[in-house]
Amino acid sequence: MKAIVNVSLKAGVLDSQGKAVHHALNSLHFKNVSDVRVGKQIILQLDTTDEVQAREDVTKMCEEILANTVIEDYEIELVK
Amino acid sequence: MKVSILQFPGTNCEYDTQHAFEALGAKTEIVWHKSESIPEDTNLLVVAGGFSYGDYLRSGAIAKFSPVMKAVIEYANNGGKVLGICNGFQVLTEARLLPGALKRNEHLHFISKHHNLKVVNNDNIFLEKLSKDEIINIPIAHHDGNYYIDQDGLKDLYANNQVLLTYSDENGDVLNPNGSVDSIAGICNKEKNVFGLMPHPERAMEALLGSDDGVKMLQGFLSA
Repeated sequence: MKAIVNVSLKAGVLDSQGKAVHHALNSLHFKNVSDVRVGKQIILQLDTTDEVQAREDVTKMCEEILANTVIEDYEIELVK
Repeated sequence: MKVSILQFPGTNCEYDTQHAFEALGAKTEIVWHKSESIPEDTNLLVVAGGFSYGDYLRSGAIAKFSPVMKAVIEYANNGGKVLGICNGFQVLTEARLLPGALKRNEHLHFISKHHNLKVVNNDNIFLEKLSKDEIINIPIAHHDGNYYIDQDGLKDLYANNQVLLTYSDENGDVLNPNGSVDSIAGICNKEKNVFGLMPHPERAMEALLGSDDGVKMLQGFLSA
């Protein structure tokens, strides 16, 4: 099973990279973009077929290392 | 006085730090991150600057799981004095020995230059040789120095005199190079035994090289 983890800065924490990309899009005349947030994606290949176990394991990984929960949120997607 | 200095793969300020403390008369020892203990006679533990683990994932994130960090956390929790400089500050926040986190600089550039700092609180061993509101000049060199803490955390920092240094101009007015909350450059924990700052006092030891304002900072630890 594969786990896709998306990590991004929490709402309310200024995302300087997102802001810079937003500026760049505006100067390329993509005027219909109102906000940009830049995050990162971590793809994990897991040796399990148990979804409940997988979610529990990956949540622990996120809390301990993959995300810094002081400033970041994470979302986990499991793919069979 | 014995200063132990941590070295991770990618640390690059350990020898400057060693030189600085030895110039002040301290004994030093560099401790490789694989060590599961720190020297017993340690009076001060320094997490030196650099790019531990290439800053992969987040600055300081992987270093916090190095074997030596268990001993560091135990040492700090038992009241041992710990100083994190630059990447060391990032490691200490990741290890939750200090509150908050360090984000990418607001304007996304790596900043490397001398910067003025204002002493906000000196009721701690690190800054006791400096006066409150004194302006000192210390080099900064970082990409992820944008200090973040939420509003409640910030209130706690002020309530306990944990804000130590802010970035300023030569008159002490706010001059914020990296977007840090309230222009914060250095903090300590509530117990005032764990200190973290982005500027490099070990690089400000000789007037001939631009500034010797780091001497008084590091001396604070030696008299303790």
